[in-house]
Amino acid sequence: MNPETYQSTFFLALRRMRAPLITLILIYAISVLGLTLVPGVDAQGNPNRLSFFHAFYFISYTATTIGFGEIPTAFSEAQRLWVTFCIYLSVIGWAYSIGALLALLQDQNFRNAVRLQRFRGAVHHLREPFYLVCGYGETGQLICRALDQTGLRAVVLEIDEGRGSQLELHGHAADIPALVADARQPEVLQLAGLTHRCCQGVIALTNDDRANLAIAIAARLLAPRLPALCRAETTEIATHMASFGTPHIINPFDKFGRYLALALHAPAAYHLLEWLTAVPGAVVEPHRDPPRGPWVLCSYGRFGKVMVSALEQAGIPVTIIGHAPPPDAAGRHWVRGDGSDALALREAGIEQAMGIVACTDDDVNNLAIVVAARELNPKLFVVLRQNLQANQALFDAFESDFTVVPSQIIARECLAILVTPLLVPFLNQIKQRSEAWARTLLHQLTERFGWEAPAVWSVRINAAQAPALLRLLMPAGPTVTLEDLLRDPRDRAQELECQVLYLTRDDDSTVTLPPPQTPIQAGDQLLLVGRGAARGALELTLHNRNTLDYVLWGREIPSGWVWERLAALHARVSGSS
Amino acid sequence: MNLEKVIFGFFIVLAATLNFGFVIGDLDNPILHDVYELFAAIVVNLIATVLKFGDRTHIGAIHLSTSLVADLQLVAAALAWAYGVHVAGVGMTPEVTARVVSLSSGALFANVVSVVILIAETIMQKR
Repeated sequence: MNPETYQSTFFLALRRMRAPLITLILIYAISVLGLTLVPGVDAQGNPNRLSFFHAFYFISYTATTIGFGEIPTAFSEAQRLWVTFCIYLSVIGWAYSIGALLALLQDQNFRNAVRLQRFRGAVHHLREPFYLVCGYGETGQLICRALDQTGLRAVVLEIDEGRGSQLELHGHAADIPALVADARQPEVLQLAGLTHRCCQGVIALTNDDRANLAIAIAARLLAPRLPALCRAETTEIATHMASFGTPHIINPFDKFGRYLALALHAPAAYHLLEWLTAVPGAVVEPHRDPPRGPWVLCSYGRFGKVMVSALEQAGIPVTIIGHAPPPDAAGRHWVRGDGSDALALREAGIEQAMGIVACTDDDVNNLAIVVAARELNPKLFVVLRQNLQANQALFDAFESDFTVVPSQIIARECLAILVTPLLVPFLNQIKQRSEAWARTLLHQLTERFGWEAPAVWSVRINAAQAPALLRLLMPAGPTVTLEDLLRDPRDRAQELECQVLYLTRDDDSTVTLPPPQTPIQAGDQLLLVGRGAARGALELTLHNRNTLDYVLWGREIPSGWVWERLAALHARVSGSS
Repeated sequence: MNLEKVIFGFFIVLAATLNFGFVIGDLDNPILHDVYELFAAIVVNLIATVLKFGDRTHIGAIHLSTSLVADLQLVAAALAWAYGVHVAGVGMTPEVTARVVSLSSGALFANVVSVVILIAETIMQKR
């Protein structure tokens, strides 16, 4: 439902309260007026009528069933008759009004309207950078969790009521405003903060390609400066998105193939990539290098196609098992049958094969295939596709060499692009450099930081992120090298547990793996990898002048006006003498 | 002809006329200002207010606000009456009467604005 309708529901609700309210007013008016007109007697027995004040007072406590019983004078028989009538009248009036009010509160449209108002308020009052995530499927959940762990806020739009309510169950550290609505509508996107000044990016991850395209277009037109990340499964949609200038299009099938290709011909580079983009808290498990020789693949779907071309590019012969011959399988070896069937596997030459790829879109099928294949050939290198995060336990239990989870691939890619923009060019470097280079780097980094997911972050030497260092460097200050800077602020003899991977300068020059003696200049952007604690320590050094002085030269400088003056005086005196 | 519009116009004009009927006459002469008329004015004003609920147009908003002003003034007048007659117990002295009538004449002004808006809205209607 779009916001317009919600708003009119709100007004409709008000209109629907008209009849009950007017009924109440009329009942009160009739009762009060009647009570002032009915003849009564005062304490002395003289004819007397109740005044408006007393009548209103009496009706107020009678109609609300409070029933004080305090009456100015005893009622006459005529007044009693009228009051009996009034009591029943008011009970009917209240029953009707309260019934109408409760029916209104139960009304789904009205409740949606209230929820929408609350969501709008929550988004409007966000005062810190946030990301707009459209689609709270598996990938969306991974991204939200990772953003939350990195301390970033998110706003979620989800079309499915069930998945939307899951958000409340996943305990996040920060509150994530979520709305069950159709993200294809521009009003909904605006409501969710697309044009909010704190919005840092839009991530379109719905399982509907057209919806992702609609979001991409809306983002491009309504908030052209925002980075938009869109998932596209078909090349047609991807082309549309590209023509609209969407900066980051993520095709899970394509990514999957590229990852596999990399894993096949450059295992070290692949490991390095996996380690650097791992979701916080994960431990990367190094797998053995994929062997060369004949491979078997089931089945030839969208993933299968990408896999086959990846394998063939690496010069590896592939036998495809499937129910129908691959449409473009000219010259490819194909076996009819089911992947979990030993006969078909034998026919495909599983006993001589070096590896198997199970990439159907059914998790149970994939597991059945690899279990059957392992029985026939225990030394097989197994590549497994996991479709649903929910089946994680099964896939953990089966020790495959290489499990690819599309939702994780997309989530990692998105996070790398959004949170550490400098990581993408570095990853491209990894892909281009030689395998030996990647192996050395991987060895060196995992030796130092372990296989657990490291903290990867970028820092820019500017007024916002490094005010102390910038002030020091600005007026042709001293030369500060990376080696000087990356020291522990508690004990400068210790090196900080982090390393600079990549450096870009203001003049667009870049340095991959800058040596420790590299001087830092204002405007530099650094990509760092290391332990989470080092990140906080470095932040302190960059922000705090005193810490910076200690880290660079080991001296404590006085803080506060009086001490600064004294220190300056002292320096002058000792300088002149 | 729209029945809703008939009822709407009826209550707005009736609120204004009743209010006018109560206010007219010497400010401090209690004989000219009947408390029953004040009661009727309050009831009709409240109904008119509720009838204006839920109109999302700009004119609707102004309508509602004038009605709320009139309600406020009339309730204040009723309170002044109740205080004078019952709490202070002095009855409708010229002083009390003047207070009640001047408060309700404020409401009359708000009601007149309401009627003017009603007329303007009608004239703007092209059909």
